[in-house]
Amino acid sequence: MFLARVVGSVVATVKYEGLEGAKLLLVAPLDKNGQAKPGAYIVACDEAQSGPGDTVFCVSAREASHALPVRFVPVDAAIVGVVDRADREVIL
Amino acid sequence: MILGRVTGTVVSTVKHPAYEGHKLLMVTPVDEHGRRAGDDFLAVDSAQAGAGDTVLVLKEGNGVRQILVGDPTAVLPILETIVAVVDLVQVAPAGGER
Repeated sequence: MFLARVVGSVVATVKYEGLEGAKLLLVAPLDKNGQAKPGAYIVACDEAQSGPGDTVFCVSAREASHALPVRFVPVDAAIVGVVDRADREVIL
Repeated sequence: MILGRVTGTVVSTVKHPAYEGHKLLMVTPVDEHGRRAGDDFLAVDSAQAGAGDTVLVLKEGNGVRQILVGDPTAVLPILETIVAVVDLVQVAPAGGER
């Protein structure tokens, strides 16, 4: 999983029918300083009631489809939690 | 598995039910000298690891499902889990001779 910031949303009416229920948000993965990596946006399906401005964590790969209530939805990134705090205790 | 260093903790209350009751740790991939070797990621703890520990991380769904719910066919949106706290990493000299 990885930390990201929700920066926007994506609307697509013409799409694979399996994606009907998916709420698509635009997220920017965070770098080691907790900043959004410029231009590294991905579109993730929201399963944690998140919205623009939230810091979230996402799961990728096949496990992203496991986040959705409906089996099988073709997504490779899903937001699975809104972050209350992310403390960096060791700086590498 | 990969070598990582636990570099932080993440607190989240509004999250997918699969994450309930699990400690979520921030991990930095490291080389044998403990230097950063990639981008940070998050992992569910399965080895009582804490910030500062060097750990082994399993990044594969079936294995994670087996560890966390005992069933590789379960539905579980989790990809990484910490499976060990590492005491020592030894690298043979460059020539590889013992």
